[in-house]
Parts: sequence; C-alpha cells; structure tokens
Amino acid sequence: MKKGQSQKTAIATDGLWKNNPVFQQVLGICSTLAVTNLVLNTVVMCFALIFTLSLSSCTVSVLRKFTPRNIRMMVETLIIAFYVIIVDVVLRAYWPEMSSNLGPYVGLIITNCIIMGRCEAYGNSNPPAKAFWDGFFNALGYTLILLIIATFREILGMGTFLGLSVPYFSGPNWDKWIIMVMPPGAFFMLAIVTWIFRSIQTAGEDKAK
Amino acid sequence: MNGTSQLSYAFIVFVSAIFTQNILLTYFLGLCPFIGVSREVKTAFGLGLAVIFVMTSTCLLNWLAYHYVLEPLNLHFFRFILFIIIIAAFVQFVEMVIERTSPLLYQRLGVFLPLITVNCAILGASLFMVIREYSFIVTFGYGLGSSIGWFLAIIAMAGIRQRLANDRIPRGLQGPGITLIIAGLMALAFIGFTGVLSGN
Repeated sequence: MKKGQSQKTAIATDGLWKNNPVFQQVLGICSTLAVTNLVLNTVVMCFALIFTLSLSSCTVSVLRKFTPRNIRMMVETLIIAFYVIIVDVVLRAYWPEMSSNLGPYVGLIITNCIIMGRCEAYGNSNPPAKAFWDGFFNALGYTLILLIIATFREILGMGTFLGLSVPYFSGPNWDKWIIMVMPPGAFFMLAIVTWIFRSIQTAGEDKAK
Repeated sequence: MNGTSQLSYAFIVFVSAIFTQNILLTYFLGLCPFIGVSREVKTAFGLGLAVIFVMTSTCLLNWLAYHYVLEPLNLHFFRFILFIIIIAAFVQFVEMVIERTSPLLYQRLGVFLPLITVNCAILGASLFMVIREYSFIVTFGYGLGSSIGWFLAIIAMAGIRQRLANDRIPRGLQGPGITLIIAGLMALAFIGFTGVLSGN
C-alpha cells in the first residue's frame, strides 16, 4: 500500500511539475492556445482534455497486449477519436453555444500531440491504473498552465474574469491590452510562462547540486 | 452562386488563408512541428513542401468523403474518424509511391511524411472547411492557401532561428521559449496584412 502511494505521488509530481506537458515537453500546445482568450472556454476545453487523455491512455494500456505493433499508431488514434466524439456529441447536445465557440478545436484534440505522446510513452508499457493516473495528472498539469495563461489574457485584454468584470481592469483608468486577446498575445504569454517556470526549475536543480 | 463568383471567392479565400488568416499564426495549428523542426531552413523547406502537397490533397479528398458519403448517410459525427483515416491512408500511400518512383525525393521528404499524420494543421484545415461550408473549388483555394501560409511561416522561422543559433539567450528562454516569442512577433507582423482584404 505504501509503495502504491509513493508511486502515485511520483506520477503526480511528474505530470504536474517535473515533466509538465506544456513547459517541459512542449507538446499539445497547438490546438489549445486558441481557446485561452476566455477562461470559460479554457475550462471546458481542459475538462474535455482531462477526460480524453486519462481514458484513452487507460484504454491503450488495457489493449496493449492485443495490439499488433505495426498498426499501433492507427489503433491509438482510433481510441482517442472515439473519446473525442463522445465529448463532441455531448457538448453539442447540452451546450450548443460552447460547441460553436470552440469550433473545430474540440475535434482537434485527436491530433493533440500530448495525448498521442502519453499513450505512446506511458500507456503502451504500463498497467491500466497507472496509465490512467499518468494521463490524468499530465492533463491536470496542462490545465494548470493554460488556466494561468487564460486568466492573464482575459483580465488584461478584456477586463473580465469568467465573463464578470474585474474592478480596476474594466474601469476607465485601465487601457485594455487588446493585443492580449489577439493571437500574438497567446504566443507571448506562453513564452513568458515557459520562461518563468523553466527558470524556477533550473534554479531548483542548481540548488540540489 | 455562379461559376465566376465562386472562382473569385476561392481566390479571396486563398489569399486570406496565406496572409490575414494564417493557419499557424492566427489559429495556432501545426505548432508542434513548427517548434520542433524549425532549426534549419533545409529541413523546414522539405517539411513545408510535404505539408503543401498533403494538405491540399486531403482537404479535397475529405470534402468528397464528407459530401458524398457522410452527408447522405447522416453520419456527421463520424467525420473525425473518417478524416483521420483518410489522412493517414493518404500519407501512407504517398510515401509508398514516392519510395518506388523517386528515391531522391523520398530521401528529402520521406522522413517528414509520417510526422504529417499527426500534424494538427492538416486535420484542422479539413474541419474548418466543413464548418465554413466551402464548396469544392473554394476548398481547393483554402487548402492550398493555408498550406502555403504554413510553409512561409516555418521557412521564416527557420531562417530567424539559424541566425539566432550563436546568440546568448537566457537559459530558461532557450529552445521553445524564444521560438514562441519570435512566433508572437511574426503574428504581429501578419496582423498588418488585415487591411489588405477589408473589402469583403
């Protein structure tokens, strides 16, 4: 039991911090940068990602002994697509406005490299429960960074948070940074976040030595 | 719409897909290879060419599949799976053909082809084409324009990064960090094109 606990903690710190999908692996930023101009969109997108990543990693792991090696990529893609379709159909049925806000980006979770990357690197060679938690914590680490980016972009660019106006930033004394809600803002924010977190990490490593 | 206006619409879509609505700099699609494979102009060039070819062809194939197979059967939600299968199969097919017919081209493009299957820009272009309800000819303009836009962006980035190779960059910013900042600046520059097509 003790061993299982520590293993889980190791998986968690790996996904959340040490090997964070966004600023360490630099994977999967493609499809999701586009939705970080609003916090609400980001939250929905990240829930979809957590759902897809943990379950598809788990499924890949369950099927790993029955999948022929040379068609493995294809099987993985189909498994991922299966979960993404569930998300897409549910979203379209119960929240059509959000579905049209996110546009093609829900479907693009299929080619989000972080999912494929985790399935290949972890799900393929580990038991289902571990693969599930690895997927879950990686997606959580990803969510964390995206939420930071989205919060800054929405507050600085529009003066709102989750659609509610923020006192100072929506007032007349604050010139809205329109650039933050436009595409370049996303690139700059991600670069800054990467810079800060990587610097903290390397500083920690230096100290450890 | 009649034939000529369709053609001119296709042309407008083509130009705007390259400049004002660049698939990489405004929609963030295909960022992973953009950051990973943009260290040298030569490799970026190879990958860019492969993307142009694959994106244009798969957009058209997916258009046919969507309108003649999925639409009559009312299986719209199935499009993710169908598109990705078509893209994967097409890439595999092209790889085999090139390997047989032109070993030289295979040497240059071969390594990049498998990478393309998981390039989100390819699937993204097909999905956009469905959402915006483009006709066949407009889809052609869109696919070609988007891929050329992607090609331009990665070439420019590779050129800039080659120059930066010997510069001193803060440790935390090396690699992806600096690439993202350059991409942001490029996106800013591309915003300058917005006025070009303000007529439509």
